Amino acid sequence: MNTRRNFLKSGGALLIGFPLANLLSDQASAQTRVPTPGPPAANQIDTWLAIHSDNTATFYVGFAELGQGNSTALLQIAAEELDLDLTQIATINLDTHVTPNQGGTYSSASIARGGPQVRTAAAEARQALLKLAAARLNAPVDQLRVERGIVWVNGALNRTVTYGALIGDQQFNVAFTGNAPVKNSADYKLVGKALSRKDTPAKVSGDYSHLQHLRLPGMLHARVVRPRGQRAYGAGAKIISVNEDSIKSILGARVVRKGDFLGVVANTEWDAVKAAAQLQVTWDNPPALPGNDRLFAQMRAEKTEDRVVLERGDIAAAFTGAAHVVSRTVRGPYQMHAPFAPNGALADVTADSAHIITSSQDVYATRRTLARILGLAQEKIRVQYAEGSGTYGHSCYDDVAQAAALISQLAGKPVRLQFMRWDEHGWDLYGPAHIGEVHVAADAQGRLRAYEYHGWQHNWSNVETSEQLTGVPAAEWPGAAAQQVSPLNLGSMYVIPNLKLVNHKINVQGYLRAAWLRSPLDLSFSFASEQAIDQLAYDLNQDPYRFRLANMTDERWLGVMEAVARIARWDPRRANATPSNANVVTGRGLGLGTHLQSWGAAVAEIEINRQTGKVLAKHLYGALDCGQCVNPGIVESQISGQLVQTASRMLLEEVKFNQVGVTSLDWNTYPVMRFEECPDTSAVVVQRLNEKSSGAGEETMAACAAAIANAFFDATGVRMEEYPLTPSRVLAALKR
Amino acid sequence: MPTIRVNNLPRDVVSPGDTPLLYVLMNELQLKGPRFGCGLAQCGACSVLIDGVETRSCVTPLSTVGAKSITTLEGLPQDHPVKAAMIETQALQCGYCFNGMIIKAVELLSTNPQPSEPQIRTAMNGHLCRCGNYPRIIRAIQRAATPATPRATGVALGVAR
Repeated sequence: MNTRRNFLKSGGALLIGFPLANLLSDQASAQTRVPTPGPPAANQIDTWLAIHSDNTATFYVGFAELGQGNSTALLQIAAEELDLDLTQIATINLDTHVTPNQGGTYSSASIARGGPQVRTAAAEARQALLKLAAARLNAPVDQLRVERGIVWVNGALNRTVTYGALIGDQQFNVAFTGNAPVKNSADYKLVGKALSRKDTPAKVSGDYSHLQHLRLPGMLHARVVRPRGQRAYGAGAKIISVNEDSIKSILGARVVRKGDFLGVVANTEWDAVKAAAQLQVTWDNPPALPGNDRLFAQMRAEKTEDRVVLERGDIAAAFTGAAHVVSRTVRGPYQMHAPFAPNGALADVTADSAHIITSSQDVYATRRTLARILGLAQEKIRVQYAEGSGTYGHSCYDDVAQAAALISQLAGKPVRLQFMRWDEHGWDLYGPAHIGEVHVAADAQGRLRAYEYHGWQHNWSNVETSEQLTGVPAAEWPGAAAQQVSPLNLGSMYVIPNLKLVNHKINVQGYLRAAWLRSPLDLSFSFASEQAIDQLAYDLNQDPYRFRLANMTDERWLGVMEAVARIARWDPRRANATPSNANVVTGRGLGLGTHLQSWGAAVAEIEINRQTGKVLAKHLYGALDCGQCVNPGIVESQISGQLVQTASRMLLEEVKFNQVGVTSLDWNTYPVMRFEECPDTSAVVVQRLNEKSSGAGEETMAACAAAIANAFFDATGVRMEEYPLTPSRVLAALKR
Repeated sequence: MPTIRVNNLPRDVVSPGDTPLLYVLMNELQLKGPRFGCGLAQCGACSVLIDGVETRSCVTPLSTVGAKSITTLEGLPQDHPVKAAMIETQALQCGYCFNGMIIKAVELLSTNPQPSEPQIRTAMNGHLCRCGNYPRIIRAIQRAATPATPRATGVALGVAR
């Protein structure tokens, strides 16, 4: 049955070039349905899943597979409740005309927020199926047993019926109340098992279609034309002049423009690439940015919007009488998503419809902004998701979708827009820079008494570049600021009677574009906070692990700290106990932290060359408690990847920019971790099957950042105040 | 109309000679192994084997290919030891870099069937994985090279010469 073909017919815009059965690896069996402007009603079981005649199921998951493996884990949950085998169930890519709106695939929410919906929908479907089976087999529901979608009457193996035979390809017409009982974790057969990911074989064979492989019939190839490297947010990029004749030599290539939004279209991709490079444009280049040199001084001098995030006890009194006080100020740089594949999008915009395919983390949110930009009602717009490379947060997918839609509208043709490497690097929404000031006090016995944190960073940007260039003013993230000084990372793991956390928000205008980067400010928070805790342990002549242990009671935090100490074979001693003057020194450090509600701990073993200033992470250990871990194999891979990405961010990554614009435009000007310097990693999941699932995609990074910083102190006796720990910064610190 | 040899088949292509091979493979021949990553030969997303040598197709003009033999990811059998090891070790996350990872590992094992870990790291250093899965990829290559897997010495089979 080729419903895929029907889907495409009814979808209006045919995709050609590649067999669409492979849009997701498991779509060989996944089946879509007649597209209707969504979101479909969340209170109907049929919105969530369909049972097919061949006794397989399609589950319409509202989360994007971003490479993290959530599509496998969510299907594990669904299959568990349905008593299906994982091979019997598949999903399709997000589609505003097909899949439910479960909110965006960010904030580590797939399992934490999406899991319960998938679980209860599957349980309710199973309940409906068993009701049908009871009637068919003439037996009470409590006498029925199910395995692999085959229902039988207990003790009568000849009285059987399959799900497919009961309802195959028909609608349930049953309300999703959320009241159906779900399985007890003791009965799990799939959840909690490290099953292989469903998308791996096709990704290895070369059959898998990423967004970058999709084509539309009759399409043109497009590129945007922008200055190399973004200007100050809000300052836009002003065109002084465009010489359209400069691409005359490229047959069929032409310029599209709306305000300062500029692009080229051509018949072939290479022609589009050449035209974008060849087009002569004069841009206004106002020196409106602080540049790396003046960034932190300018941030600290800004008028800020201040907010006490959390306060308890009497801070002033507690510090006054304290036996030991540590105060530190640290700085963290802008860092970028830098997805390995620059974002791309396909767009077919007509007078009264639009079809956009992009790698959005939230197709419904993308549709909202496209409606505004195109002047179309939301229901006229269909946004489909196709996987690009890992995105690690809000990279340029909305920007590229908007740009493709605008170009299609201006050119009057379907287009495929591929961002070039410098578009993605140079016009990203960066994780913002941060200044953190922390004060921590302990009494003579080593008990934490007081904690105060002040954090400065600017807000997220709320208008994408494409829309801004058409003339829409830049704007801040609305409502309360985006990520603020976070209690989760700042003191929550310890028993501290007196505590105050203050957020100092700076307006984003005049800085660089900013948005959610994987565990964005948390690396800076823990770099500040956990170094201060570590320093107190040192000042008290205590082992960093034992000092923390004595100040903790939360079993979740204790669990991950104990787990990581165990795999790292932590041997208690004071940090920097035997200072060395050797050229190459080694150190080990411990850190705790998270992003959203989860519990992460890490140990770092690093090596520092005191002559060159080069820091190498040799072995990183990570432990994560994410409550009920649906697939520990996938989460171990997530932890390991987070450790490596954190080493990359702590040792190498920093967005460079001068007063005019960003100059980190490729992998040479924005170095990231490579094979030769990559640390070994060890990961452990602290499994708690009876707890609620919480985030796993970005919850060991803060811990790892702190562990690296503390290992640096262990090796050198020097505290770093700013990362990344590049050779020049390290040499300067060692000379202090 | 130039003819190039891709995965052991002659293919007629119409792109002008200055077109990077990547766009010919991806757009004209609709292959999905080599893919765009940077267009600057910095990342390895676009890698193919040309006469067995790992080559960045994004900066290789079509006119320079001539009669040489091009092998892409889809030209390597699915039971190829490198591919099998990548699946067995669940070495990937998003998988976008895996075209280059597999192509480069196949080249490495064809010249050095038993590479040490430092040799693997050095050989693979020009291939980036933003998901940070290097440790698992190293393990997968070691697994593909293990003598216990008899096919390991046959990796050159996948390399059209």
